[in-house]
Amino acid sequence: MTAVTTHRTAEEIGRTATGPRELPALGETREVPLPDVVERTLPSGLRVLAAHRPGVPMVELRMRVPFAARTPEQPAVGELLSSTLLTGTASRDRVEIDDELAAVGADLGVSVDPERLSIGGSGLAEGLPRVLGVLADVLTAATHPDTEVARERERLAERIEVARAQPRTIAREALQRRRFGDHPITREMPAADEVSAVTAEQVRVLQAASLVPGGAILTLVGDIDPEEAIAQVGDALAGWTADHAAYELDAPPLPAPGDLLLVHRPGSVQSQLRLSGRALRRDDDGYAALQLANLVFGGYFSSRWMENIREDKGYTYGAHSGMEFVPGGSLLGVETDVASDVTAAALLETRYELGRMVAVPPTPEEVEAARAYAIGSLLISLDSQGGLAGMLTSLAADGLDSDWLRAHPGRLTAVTTDEVAAAALRFFAPSTFTGVVVGDADVIGDGVRALGGITGS
Amino acid sequence: MDSAGRASGSGVSVTLVSIELHRATLSNGLRVLLVPDPATPVVGVAVHVDVGFRSEPEGRTGFAHLFEHLMFQGSESLEKLAHFRHVQGSGGVFNGSTHQDYTDYFEVLPAAALERALFLEADRLRAPKLTEENLRNQVDVVKEEIRLNVLNRPYGGFPWILLPPVLYDTFPNAHNGYGDFSELEQASLDDAAGFFDTFYAPGNAQLTVAGPIDVDATMALVEKHFGDIPARPTPERPSFFEPVPGAERRQSVPDAHAPLPALAMGFRMPDPATDLDGYLAHVLLASVLGDGEAARLQRRLVHADGLVTDVSASAGLMGSLDARDPDTFTVTAVHPASVEPDRVVGAVDEELEKLAATPPSADELARQVARWSAALHQENDRVMYRMLGLGARELLYGRAEITLELTDRLATLTPAQVAGAAGALRGAGRGVLLVEPGTQQEDDA
Repeated sequence: MTAVTTHRTAEEIGRTATGPRELPALGETREVPLPDVVERTLPSGLRVLAAHRPGVPMVELRMRVPFAARTPEQPAVGELLSSTLLTGTASRDRVEIDDELAAVGADLGVSVDPERLSIGGSGLAEGLPRVLGVLADVLTAATHPDTEVARERERLAERIEVARAQPRTIAREALQRRRFGDHPITREMPAADEVSAVTAEQVRVLQAASLVPGGAILTLVGDIDPEEAIAQVGDALAGWTADHAAYELDAPPLPAPGDLLLVHRPGSVQSQLRLSGRALRRDDDGYAALQLANLVFGGYFSSRWMENIREDKGYTYGAHSGMEFVPGGSLLGVETDVASDVTAAALLETRYELGRMVAVPPTPEEVEAARAYAIGSLLISLDSQGGLAGMLTSLAADGLDSDWLRAHPGRLTAVTTDEVAAAALRFFAPSTFTGVVVGDADVIGDGVRALGGITGS
Repeated sequence: MDSAGRASGSGVSVTLVSIELHRATLSNGLRVLLVPDPATPVVGVAVHVDVGFRSEPEGRTGFAHLFEHLMFQGSESLEKLAHFRHVQGSGGVFNGSTHQDYTDYFEVLPAAALERALFLEADRLRAPKLTEENLRNQVDVVKEEIRLNVLNRPYGGFPWILLPPVLYDTFPNAHNGYGDFSELEQASLDDAAGFFDTFYAPGNAQLTVAGPIDVDATMALVEKHFGDIPARPTPERPSFFEPVPGAERRQSVPDAHAPLPALAMGFRMPDPATDLDGYLAHVLLASVLGDGEAARLQRRLVHADGLVTDVSASAGLMGSLDARDPDTFTVTAVHPASVEPDRVVGAVDEELEKLAATPPSADELARQVARWSAALHQENDRVMYRMLGLGARELLYGRAEITLELTDRLATLTPAQVAGAAGALRGAGRGVLLVEPGTQQEDDA
C-alpha cells in the first residue's frame, strides 16, 4: 500500500537487540495545596463561595439555583426561561447584553434540569464587576420580551426534535422512566407541543416565583481576592431578594431491581445498554470503597468490563460505569453502545462481569491501581479554575465543603481490599440492577430475550 | 463605544502571561519542546507525529486513525493493556487523536510519573507490537466508534466528513478520514508495518513535556529514553495544494436519522505558513460572523429573519491553526424544512457582502479579540490543552509561539483586513453541502 519499497516486518519492528526494558519507578509525589475557600451567606440567603486561584488572569463563575417544578407545565416554561434570560432587561437588549460580556472576554450560559437552574461562565478577572452587573441585571430585571419568547419557542421546538433523534437521548429518557416512573425528576426535556403552548407571561411569573436567592449557590474561582469578590457580589446582587427560599426537588423513590426494558428503535445499527442500581452519596462512610469498586468494574479504561468488551471482544468503542447523585440518594449507572449483531453477547458479558465482581472480588493489585487513579485524576480535575469551581459548587449543594475535598485522598488511601470486596458484593450483584436496552428489536429482540431478564417490545 | 454608550473592550489587557519554551533536537532527529510551569502539580507528555489522514494511501481510507489505535496495543516492553494500566495506575489520563496533518498521543499525570510517561511513549515509538489479533480487534473497535459517531446518529460526520468531497477534488483532501468499513477490513499487518516504518521515524515526530519540570533533568530523561531509537529516513512531505474551485459546487446527501435539514458552506483559506495574518483575518471573521448573540449570522439568520435553528462559523475544518494548507472555512446551519436552503445561503452571502463593503467597527473586533484572549487563557490553564496546542503548532508551523502571540496578532488586525477576508470568501468558488432528512440511507452495518 505505501510507496516505500522495503520496510521491516511487524515482527521485526516489535523487538530490539537489547530486549524489553524495565518500567521506571514513580518519583516523589507533590502535595497539592487547595486554595482557601471563603464562604458567606448574603442577607438574601444566597451562599457565595470564592477562592483565589491565579495562574491565568481569569475568573470562573458557577451559579446553582434549586428549581423544582411546582406545576406540570414548568419544565417547558423553565426551558424558555433559560433560553430568554439573557435576551432582554429593562435597560439592555439581547445584543447589548452580549456586547457587555464580550467586552471583558466573558460568556454566560443558562441551563435548566429537573433539580436546578444553572448559570455558568467565565471572563477576564478584571472584568468581574461587569459580569456581576449583567448577572444582577438579568436576575432582577429580565423582561423576557414577547418577540424573544416567540422566536425561542420555535427554536426550542426544533432543537427538541433534533435532540430526540439522538440515540443517547432516547436511551436516557427510557432509563429515567424505567427508574423513576412519572416522578418529576424524569422531566428532563419537555415535549415540543408543551413548549409551543408557553406564553411570555408564564415565563415572567416563573422567574418571579422560582428564580430566587434563598438556598442558591454562587461560586467564583480565579485570579481574584475572595473577600473583595464577595463584597462585589453583595453590592451587585443586593437587589435580588425574595420572601421565600428556592424550591428543592423532592427525593424520588429509588428504583427497585427488575428486568431490562427492551425499547424498539427501528433502523438502529447500534444498541444502547443502560443498567442502573443503587449507590452511596459522598458523605457515606462507604463511599470511597464503592468508588474504588466502581473503577475496577467499569469506571476507567483499565477496568474489567472495558478490557473485556472493547479490548478483548471488540463489541464497543466505550463502556463506562459511574455514580449519579439524585436528591436523597445515589445511583450506579452501567452504560455502553454496541453493534446490533453483538447486543446479546455484550449483555451476556456485562452480566458476567457484574457477577464476577461478587464471585471473584477485586484483587489487591486492582485496588491499588484504582486508588492511584482516583487520587491522581482528582488532582488533575482540580488543576484548573473551571474544574475547581465546578467541584466546589457540586459539593456545596450536597452540604460538603473543601475540607471534604482535602480529606478525600486520605480516605481513598485508607480503604482496604476487604472493604472494596464488601462494596462489590453489596452493589454489583447482577440481580440488583434494572434498566433498558434500546435498539432495533426486530434484530436484537430474539437474542436478548433468550438470555432472560428482558421485558417489553 | 456601543450604542448604549458603555465602554468597549479596548481597555482590557490581552497579553498572555509569559511562558518559557525550551527546544532541543536529539541525534535521531526527534524534536523536543519543554514547557516548565512550577505552579502545577501535574505533568503532561505528548508525541505529535507528522502524519494525518491526508497522508493515508488510496484504498486504505481510515488507516491513519486505525494505526493510532494500534499504537495503544503494546510494545516491546509492554504487553497489550499495559500502557493503559500503567498510565491510569500512576494516577493519569491518556488519549490520542488523528487530524488532517498530524496524530497525537499524550498522557497527563501527577508529576511523580514523569519518567514513567516518557518511558511509555518511547517504548512504542521504538518498537510497537503490531499483531494480527490486535489489528482485527481494533478494526472492530473503530467500526463501533464510527457507528457511534456517524452511522447511528443524526448529522453524523457533519460537516468534517461530508463537506470535503464537495469542496476538494484530490484524494488526500476529499476522502473520509474515518474510513470505509470495507477498506478498514482489508487493512493488513504489512500495511501497518509499512506505515510505521515510513511515518513514525523519530525525525518525523515532536515530543512536548509540560509541567513542574526542571529543564536540564528532563532533557536528560528524554535523552535516556528516546535517545537510542535509531534514526530512520523521514518521508518527504507532499504538498496537498489543489486549485481553488472557480465556481460553486453543490451536493446533497440523505440522512435517515436527521429530523431537520442542515447545510454547510465550505471555503478555502489563506495558507497559514505563508500568510498568517490573512489566515488570522479569517479566524476573526468567523468570530464576527458566529460567536455570541451579537454575531452577524446569529442576528440576521437566527433572529431577524428566523431562517435557521442554529448557525455557526469556523476557520478550520477541525479547529483554527490545526492543519497546514489547504484548510477549510465553514459556515454550518440547521434549518426547518419550510426554509429553502437557498434562502439561508443567500442571507450568508449578503452578510459577507455587507462586511466586505463596510468593515466591522474597531469595537466589534475588540470584543471578539477579548473573547479569544479569554479562551486562550482557559486553554493555558489546563496542562493538557496548553501542551497539545503548543505541540501541534510547533509540529505544523515550527513555531509554538504562534499560540502565545495569537491574541496580540488578532488585536493588530484591522477592520479592513477582516473585510478583505469576507470579500475573499464571497469572491471565490466554494462547496455547498445539503443534508436532507428522512431519506432511506444505506448503512454499512
